[in-house]
Amino acid sequence: MLDVLWGVFVGPFKDMASAPAFLVEVLIGGVAAGLMYSLVALGFVLIFKASGVFNFAQGVMVLFAALTLVGLLEHGVPVPAALALTALVMVALAFAIERVVLRPLVNQPHIILFMATIGLNFFLEGFGEMLWGANVKRLDVGIPDESFKVAGLLVNKLELTAALTAGVLVGILAVFFQRTRIGRALRAVADDHEAALSIGIPLKTIWVVVWSVAGIVAIVAGIMWGAKSGVQFSLSLIALKALPVLILGGFESVPGAIVGGLIIGVGEKLGEVYWGPLVGGAIENWFAYVLALAFLLVRPQGLFGEKIIERV
Amino acid sequence: MTIGTDPLLEVEGVSVRFGALLALNGVSLTIPRGEIAAIIGPNGAGKTTLLNCISGFYHPHEGHIRFAGQDRTHLRPPQVAALGIARTFQNVALFRGMSVLDNIMTGRVLKMRGSFLLDAAWWGPARRQELEHRAAVERIIDFLEIQAVRKTSAGRLPYGLQKRVELARALAAEPQLLLLDEPMAGMNVEEKEDMCRFILDVNGEFGTTIALIEHDMGVVMDISDHVVVLDYGRKIADGTPEHVRKDQAVLDAYLGVAHD
Repeated sequence: MLDVLWGVFVGPFKDMASAPAFLVEVLIGGVAAGLMYSLVALGFVLIFKASGVFNFAQGVMVLFAALTLVGLLEHGVPVPAALALTALVMVALAFAIERVVLRPLVNQPHIILFMATIGLNFFLEGFGEMLWGANVKRLDVGIPDESFKVAGLLVNKLELTAALTAGVLVGILAVFFQRTRIGRALRAVADDHEAALSIGIPLKTIWVVVWSVAGIVAIVAGIMWGAKSGVQFSLSLIALKALPVLILGGFESVPGAIVGGLIIGVGEKLGEVYWGPLVGGAIENWFAYVLALAFLLVRPQGLFGEKIIERV
Repeated sequence: MTIGTDPLLEVEGVSVRFGALLALNGVSLTIPRGEIAAIIGPNGAGKTTLLNCISGFYHPHEGHIRFAGQDRTHLRPPQVAALGIARTFQNVALFRGMSVLDNIMTGRVLKMRGSFLLDAAWWGPARRQELEHRAAVERIIDFLEIQAVRKTSAGRLPYGLQKRVELARALAAEPQLLLLDEPMAGMNVEEKEDMCRFILDVNGEFGTTIALIEHDMGVVMDISDHVVVLDYGRKIADGTPEHVRKDQAVLDAYLGVAHD
């Protein structure tokens, strides 16, 4: 009995203390993985903030963006042009979604819009496969997936790039929401469609803007994840990894997506390395979900979410 | 406020059908600039439908709506708002998660101009603009006496105050025509008195033309210059409060009449 308690509560911390350099490396790995999750979660947050809808298709949008980019590169389009074209495709997709899916469903309950995004999910998956084929593709963005030493610590180049990119993107988005009148309009639209219309906020424009931005975020996430693990259909499943991040951070908070991602990334890496041996490993696979479950019980609105108080 | 003779809003033969139900049946009315007009009628008479037509949420199947002399029948809500028509809703439609101040700031969305890159940088004209709008919003907050709750999120306020914040948001757009859908529903006597005072003050100080739907006859007779009565989608009376009060068709509609 004592052995078990020792193993859970003391042993791992002793290990951490005895090899601090290794601990820092694990932490860096966790931060990098967390920011990758945050990148995906960001797309969800954007759309949730502006329309109160959980966009089930966000994971597939990441896949679709990555597939388009790889497809264009394979056809010999130079990198900058391929990036610009992919961005154009995502913006065009936003226009199409607004016209075909969202506009006919204005003022419908959120659950209906949610169902519509499930449909969108399957459509995009099939459409992407039809256009680009179902093979696993390599995405080479010119950043090698290799490590180098900084101050005696191993750092992965690709992970570092991803982390920096995520950081910059988050900074831009935070400013966009907090400081601009478009940001305020977005929040207004999320709260009440009718009221937003009545004060002159053009719903359509706002939706196209926000889905376009979510599309661009999907490209960035697609590049980073694609470069790491290849562009394949399982890429759309990273959406599932974003879900606990959202529950932790709060569905409508950009900083929440980042902090949530970091907590989960760091938590699962630490768990895997230091507590994993106790239970035979694979903590990484379920840690995020258990943490999310605990959060749902204690703080359902997430760390940064807005608490809605219903008057009875 | 002196009431001009030039009509600000003209509704002409407007009909709206929902399936087999004729919600509005050839309704015409004119609201001159500067007046407070009340639209009354029993439940289901078509009052809110009429308001929704004016603000562009519904489009009439027949008839025309002219605002400031121009045909505005087929505009959508944001375009109507851009013309200077603001409204409140029967069941308060505030942005519940946002603070009172932010709610009212959204009311100025149409008055804000300029590049959002500048906004983001919080620099130069964008900063000046934000501050100007803040000042205007603070004046409205003072006017409606809601200073104490400006930082509170709208969803947490008691109902009477929510109605007042909704009025503030509509006023922030500096509308020519203000449409109020049951501004006093669910209020106690004191809150109703406050709301009456605000409506009269808005009309008196800013010269805003007001069209309101209200069930409280005492209030309607006290504050309106002009009363329009609807029943089953038809207009059954139109005139001064004194005139409407004595109208036989109105009495019948409200009190019921023996059909023989």
